[in-house]
Amino acid sequence: MLILDHLSKTYADGTRALADISLTVRAGEIVALIGGSGCGKTTLLRLIAGLDRASAGGIHLDGEGIAGPHPGVGIVFQEPRLLPWLSVADNVAFGLAALPRAERRARVAHALERVGLAEHAGRWPRDLSGGQQQRVAIARAFVAAPKVLLLDEPFSALDALTRAGLHRHLLALWEESRPTVLLVTHDVAEAVALADRAVVLRPKPGRIDDTIPLPLSRPRQPSSPGSEAAARTILASLDRSLRPEGAADRAKPDASALWW
Amino acid sequence: MAAAAAVPAARRPLRLPGGRMLVGLVLPVGLALGWEAAVRAGWAQGRLVPPPSRVLATLWGLAASGELWTHVLASLTRVAAGFGFGALAGILVGALTGTLPPVRRLIDPSLQALRAIPSIAWVPLFILWFGIFEASKITLIAVGVFFPVYLGVAGAIAGVDRKLVEVGRVFRLSRLALARRILLPAVLPATLVALRTGLGLGFMFVAAAELLGASEGLGYLLLDGQQLGKPDQIVAAILAFAALGKLCDAVLVGLTQPLARWQDTARESL
Ligand SMILES: Nc1ncnc2c1ncn2[C@@H]1O[C@H](COP(=O)(O)OP(=O)(O)O)[C@@H](O)[C@H]1O
Ligand SMILES: [Mg+2]
Repeated sequence: MLILDHLSKTYADGTRALADISLTVRAGEIVALIGGSGCGKTTLLRLIAGLDRASAGGIHLDGEGIAGPHPGVGIVFQEPRLLPWLSVADNVAFGLAALPRAERRARVAHALERVGLAEHAGRWPRDLSGGQQQRVAIARAFVAAPKVLLLDEPFSALDALTRAGLHRHLLALWEESRPTVLLVTHDVAEAVALADRAVVLRPKPGRIDDTIPLPLSRPRQPSSPGSEAAARTILASLDRSLRPEGAADRAKPDASALWW
Repeated sequence: MAAAAAVPAARRPLRLPGGRMLVGLVLPVGLALGWEAAVRAGWAQGRLVPPPSRVLATLWGLAASGELWTHVLASLTRVAAGFGFGALAGILVGALTGTLPPVRRLIDPSLQALRAIPSIAWVPLFILWFGIFEASKITLIAVGVFFPVYLGVAGAIAGVDRKLVEVGRVFRLSRLALARRILLPAVLPATLVALRTGLGLGFMFVAAAELLGASEGLGYLLLDGQQLGKPDQIVAAILAFAALGKLCDAVLVGLTQPLARWQDTARESL
């Protein structure tokens, strides 16, 4: 279980990126963090990954406090961040240096198989498309078998078709070990396609505005009535979160939700 | 359609990569042959500017007598020693200032100031300190090699992508593992370019050092040709310098290129 306990982050320049974030994610749950840009989504993931220190509050994974990079936490950044001097297979194996060679090989081959890149194992990252590179990054994170996997808008730079394919690859990998997943996105459809719960954030400073459960069965169809209803609920909530505090709710959330 | 296809076909011979290189040879080879013909026909004397045949004959003579190899070996040994010391120092100091900001603040300003001194200006001091023999020459070459290598390595380390370093942090690499698995490969291409620049400067300074006083070496051959009024020997020594420099550069590239084959740009700039 991952517990975020009254987390706050104020950067050195005084920017209040996060204020009093509390969230409990049970093991194996997929949570989508949704919010406009600048509401602290990346900051939150960096705190959980141990890359930055919180100004206040704590993070606990299965009862253990997290203050730095933790073996149970993996992250996929917004950019693939592959090491250009390593082959695809060696990139996936990057975090497995401590394992015996044979096991490392087997794990890497299996993960590449799962993301559909088995035949690209020996290529350079520069020879892959953006979507393929992001798949390698996902495989690199999964192969280390983290308890918590953080994904920071991993598909935002890709076209809708590629994105749908990657959602399938991601769920296939998740099915195997069922890690807890925190997925940052600004795409409502993505949240509905993947998550068990959507958490809507509100900017300046970043706070949790609303939590929407998504109790839909998998595999999910984006056009099913359940998915569409869930998407509408999230959109309405997002729209509210983007309005200044205290402003009266307007009657037509859908129309104004289109701009962001 | 047919006409459009025919035009490139007719031009194709000129487009071959080999053909392009041959075009570059037209001017020097043409000039050399022209000069040769002019001297043979008696239109020019060729005393101060010897014709190619005489230069090649001199070069051949020097090679056959073994003299050329003595000089090549002397120059090569000096460059190797100077490049070895200079490059090693450049890499070490560059790595220190690149990774440790306090060290950079302490010594980088002094090094930048020293860099502003033309290296040849050190010669009198080096001769006083190290004598007129090998030590002063090798020191001069090492100083010439040091600065481009130092600047290249320090700049490469400063320019390492923070985002890739974070990948290492996420996987909890130790400082040593981070240096070995991320910093080192990331700075390698720029370091190789810096080493190449350093090697080129090493050859520049070996010529200078030998011109300033030596009893063997290609630079000595140059000076000897001047003092004896033998321009063919001077040109022969210049040709030998060019060939040696090019050869050493090719060896350096050949040895190091596999290390940077992952990088498109490195391949182009090497
Ligand atoms: N290193 C930093 N220093 C100062 N301010 C930062 C830094 N990183 C992010 N911020 C600020 O914190 C806020 C949240 O940023 P971020 O977490 O990147 O948002 P998001 O990922 O939701 O778009 C923004 O206002 C941003 O300008
Ligand atoms: Mg972000």
